[in-house]
Amino acid sequence: MSSSETGPGGQAHGSVKEYVTGLILSIILTVIPFYLVMSGAGSDTFTVIAIVVAAIAQVLVQMVFFLHMNGSSEQTWLTVSAVYTVFILLFVIVGSLWIFEHLNHNMLMGH
Amino acid sequence: MTALTNDHDLHDHDDHHHHEAEAADRYMFGFWLYIISDCLLFSTLFATYAVMGQSFANGITPHELFDLNFVAVETALLLLSSFTFGMAMLGANVENMAKTKFWLIITALLGLSFLGMEIYEFIHFSHEGATPQTSGYWTSFYSLVATHGLHVTAGLIWMFFLFIHFNRDGFSHENKIRLACLSLFWHFLDIIWICVFSFVYLRGAM
Repeated sequence: MSSSETGPGGQAHGSVKEYVTGLILSIILTVIPFYLVMSGAGSDTFTVIAIVVAAIAQVLVQMVFFLHMNGSSEQTWLTVSAVYTVFILLFVIVGSLWIFEHLNHNMLMGH
Repeated sequence: MTALTNDHDLHDHDDHHHHEAEAADRYMFGFWLYIISDCLLFSTLFATYAVMGQSFANGITPHELFDLNFVAVETALLLLSSFTFGMAMLGANVENMAKTKFWLIITALLGLSFLGMEIYEFIHFSHEGATPQTSGYWTSFYSLVATHGLHVTAGLIWMFFLFIHFNRDGFSHENKIRLACLSLFWHFLDIIWICVFSFVYLRGAM
């Protein structure tokens, strides 16, 4: 029966190996940005890019290894709604920054 | 449905499981939609934080206050608690109550330690002159980080009540769904924390 492989919500049950892999990858992706900022090893631009890349990578790692998302056909709605959310997130965050950047710029022109 | 049998009872039994699995799927998807709406809540808080990023109003700056060693310990606690919750889920998969409870207790203790550190940090920051009223920056900082902290608090309360449910009903169908939802919620909180320590603490300490 399918329930031996998938749990509630059609999520795969996972295994110790999967969780340990997720944990180790997460630790690596946490240590790198912390080290870069605390040691000041790289240039500012490089450090910021490294922080963003490591954060995105770690979010993906946890979605795959902890939440067991794999984009399989049983998870179509899960995947579709997740992708939809990412778009809304980008609209809200990038949109806000963009609008306020313009506002700041235009307001300061008068001074 | 592998059992090739004409036994009416057995068929009913399988059917029952099938319905339960479908019901669980619906519950989980509903909870997933809640997680998504929570994501949108956090996205507005992150957007506010980003907009307020430099609005210090001549008050104290995060660069002077943030202690990355402290944040690293907080991060380790929450990441480990996400892992230990996974271990509790593995225990629940094989219906091992002792194992599930053991890992849930470890998870709760890690979550509590995280919360304790966060409250200590807020008190410390306030003493140093960074209160929510200090500047736009600190308002957005406290809104964002404390909202995450409130979610962790809610998760801990949920964990406590789930424990009572487990004591009363063991691995009932409902309790398994509750545990799976809480697991999703807890992992989600760790994912939000990744964004908090990256974009708030690491960026602010630079």
